[in-house]
Amino acid sequence: MPETNQTTQTPRTVPARPDGRDAPTAPTASPPAADRGGNDRAVARDALGVGVAVGLSGFAFGVTSAGAGLSLAQTCALSLLVFTGASQFALVGALAAGGGPLTAAAGAFFLGTRNAFYGLRLSSLLRLPRAVRPAAAHLVIDETSLVALAQRDRRAARIGFTVTGITLYLLWNLTTLLGALGAAALGDTAAWGLDAAGPAVFLALLAPMLRTAAERATAGLAVLLGLGLLPVLPAGVPVLVAALAAPLVLLARGLRAKGSDGGEGR
Amino acid sequence: MSPEGVWIAIGATAAGCYLVKLLGLSVPAGALERPLVRRLAALLPVALLAALTAQQTFGGEGGALVADARAGGLAAAAVALVLRAPFLVVVAAAVLVTAGLRALG
Repeated sequence: MPETNQTTQTPRTVPARPDGRDAPTAPTASPPAADRGGNDRAVARDALGVGVAVGLSGFAFGVTSAGAGLSLAQTCALSLLVFTGASQFALVGALAAGGGPLTAAAGAFFLGTRNAFYGLRLSSLLRLPRAVRPAAAHLVIDETSLVALAQRDRRAARIGFTVTGITLYLLWNLTTLLGALGAAALGDTAAWGLDAAGPAVFLALLAPMLRTAAERATAGLAVLLGLGLLPVLPAGVPVLVAALAAPLVLLARGLRAKGSDGGEGR
Repeated sequence: MSPEGVWIAIGATAAGCYLVKLLGLSVPAGALERPLVRRLAALLPVALLAALTAQQTFGGEGGALVADARAGGLAAAAVALVLRAPFLVVVAAAVLVTAGLRALG
């Protein structure tokens, strides 16, 4: 899914309290059954809203992937098996630009590594039984994590995670199929401006991440490296080199903090 | 690219992306919680997304840099983001403005 932080602002923005128990101000540890039923429905409704909004942009992915020259089966396999939107857009973009298979996959993989850190936070929040983890892992993406982490207790977090995950999975794959089929009917996808959908998705994901000076410096350096190396390195490689902006900025900040005793000012 | 090459890329991406998801859910909390690892993990997507946005906006044939209708579309998306528009509106703004500029040009 286009991992967007925007759409997840629609559900109630309750700060995550991993256990619900460390909240002395809460009136009761476990609300009465009727109240709990109402809350369950509210959580499910929010989760459905996020699922529908984001799932629909699978259409843009299907069109983009078909426009990049992937077959219907290849496009659908990506949504079924990879199921993390930014990585999918990155992969088809790199393949369209003529990148080698493993170079293209490396860029998509690095973009997907952030899901490991969502998983870390979710494992203590959801406490899933060992048997369901392999299936649940496939649903660990930006939206499901953000919805689950916004809930007040484990029960609500589990409902939010499950409803968002299943809704997104079904819609993302259905709309990918429709987009890939529709691309043929649309003809030249560039004429419809659909080649701008991929970068717009990346920008929408990036925008909420640019809060600190380190984040902005990393983005700026990555743009310079990514564009500067584009004409001289093989397709798909410049973005991997641009990823080095992250350790470089951390290194520079570390050296500066060591040089001037004053600690780091944000 | 050959169909085999594309399938190899799909297989490698699917396997890698699934394994990191499973890794996060399975490893004991704390293993990846070292401050340096956390900060690097937070900055890595920033670098990748920034580079990908720039490349897919300004990248032309054979690695040339061009400023065409896509740049206008991305500018529209940026304005939509500043106005806190929902995700779908941001993407739609980029697509519509790019198509509009091409139709005019």
